[in-house]
Amino acid sequence: MRRLTWFNTTSLTLGFAFLYLPMVILVIYSFNSSKLVTVWAGFSTKWYGELMRNEAFLDAAWVTIKVAVLSSTFATVLGTLAAYVLVRAGRFWGRTLFSGMIYAPLVMPEVITGLSLLLLFIGIGLDRGVMTIVLAHTTFSMCYVSVVVSSRLATFDMSLEEAALDLGSTPFEAFRLVTLPIIAPAVISGWLLAFTLSLDDLVIASFTSGPSATTLPIKIFSAVRLGVSPEINALSTIMIAIVTIGVISASLISKRAAVRQRLEEQQAVRS
Amino acid sequence: MRRFALIAIPYFWLLALFLVPFAIVFKISLSDIALSIPPYLPQLDLAKGWEGFTKFLGALDFENFEFLMMDDLYYKAYLSSLKIAAVSTFFTLLIGYPIAYAMTRASEEWRPTLLMLVILPFWTSFLIRVYAWIGILGQEGFLNQTLMFLGLTSEPLIILNTPIAVYIGIVYTYLPFMILPIYSALEKLDDSLLEAAEDLGCSRIKAFWLVTFPLSRGGIIAGCFLVFIPTLGEFVIPSLLGGSNTLMIGKVLWDEFFSNRDWPLASAVAVILLLILIIPIILFQRNEQKQRESEG
Repeated sequence: MRRLTWFNTTSLTLGFAFLYLPMVILVIYSFNSSKLVTVWAGFSTKWYGELMRNEAFLDAAWVTIKVAVLSSTFATVLGTLAAYVLVRAGRFWGRTLFSGMIYAPLVMPEVITGLSLLLLFIGIGLDRGVMTIVLAHTTFSMCYVSVVVSSRLATFDMSLEEAALDLGSTPFEAFRLVTLPIIAPAVISGWLLAFTLSLDDLVIASFTSGPSATTLPIKIFSAVRLGVSPEINALSTIMIAIVTIGVISASLISKRAAVRQRLEEQQAVRS
Repeated sequence: MRRFALIAIPYFWLLALFLVPFAIVFKISLSDIALSIPPYLPQLDLAKGWEGFTKFLGALDFENFEFLMMDDLYYKAYLSSLKIAAVSTFFTLLIGYPIAYAMTRASEEWRPTLLMLVILPFWTSFLIRVYAWIGILGQEGFLNQTLMFLGLTSEPLIILNTPIAVYIGIVYTYLPFMILPIYSALEKLDDSLLEAAEDLGCSRIKAFWLVTFPLSRGGIIAGCFLVFIPTLGEFVIPSLLGGSNTLMIGKVLWDEFFSNRDWPLASAVAVILLLILIIPIILFQRNEQKQRESEG
């Protein structure tokens, strides 16, 4: 019954061409030796060399990575905690407000989140810099982490945790030895999601950063406003390559882990 | 006691960094612009005690909101954001549905790969994906060069810096958000329903409209909201692809804050945008809840 008609094949081909062609064109033009991005003047990697010598971009890249590592780590801890509270803590005062605050940032326009956080930081007299961006990114990405982790927690068999408690472990030990290993894949993908959200964010970082800290998206945005530049094409190509390699290897690793688990289960059944 | 700490840490974090900032935005939207640091008045003077507080309250007013209603720039920006969001949601659905449908028709072993191909752009930088279109849509861009090479046009088409470029940008960047919920709704569909419809004399197309389409409604609604809600406050796409011709409220807020430094007015713009968004957000939540109930 399920078969591909010519219509299905056409829509898949056109759809994926639409999704991928712009990025392919971008990558091709990053190897163009001409400064004019519209004219092809032969293959060259010189824009990658220029990029490596551009101190401003390298500094911004360093700030971005620092912010992303810190904020995604904080967000993972807070988000996992929030997911645990949502799924396991039962009823408590202000629960509706709490779950509202978890879901609202997911759909909040970035301009509003950015503006409101900036006004808070100014209100309490916090100097804007790396720390304020980390605080801002932690706040919105912890919500993504908690959505990812809570969906895993909701499907997980609670009796395993209860068994650990019955066998004499403390609640913390039960969490560390039983719950955490089971939800680990969700926690890791939550961390990765938070990391890429932070790398990618322009609007909230623009509001909450100060003159001392410029992130890569802010730098790219101000360069791109003046038009297409081959250096930005080269930078984009590097970023696309990193993401592609990351996503493909992550999916291969998880596929292999699933296969291994199935084999082990079969062996256990046989013996 | 431990339970209290467990709840309190994320709770207070969100209160302090999500809810309190909104209260501040609301407060500042009632203030007036001033040449001071920070650039608005009145400011709460706690040293003066109760008298200072009442004086502060007395100086707040709805002047900024009145201004937003009077000045046609702003209501036009809200209306044009709503229009752009609605039209591009429609086109995203039009393009996304056949792709999601075709994905569920593909063979079992191909589906994970197709799914990954849809998700991959979501992990790539949003900014870069929008930027890619500048090089394509420009006057001497890839599209015009191709069209002129093929002899389809003699003059370059002007697409960049028009609303059309904004529509293309939105459809392109938000397409995965439309495809994924529709795909997961169609994936769950029981094939025997379609076979029954065809056995009872339905043509394939009629069976699609009478069986498949209504049963994928939950996915369609979810996808539409996932595109519509963030598009309404979109900033990056209109400012990179839309030029000065495209009015969108996210960009107005940004300019009001960064260029005009009118913090109270920017806050008022944010408050109204939030009020507009509350309706679709509540409808979206209801739809999600209904989906979950029908599954469980």
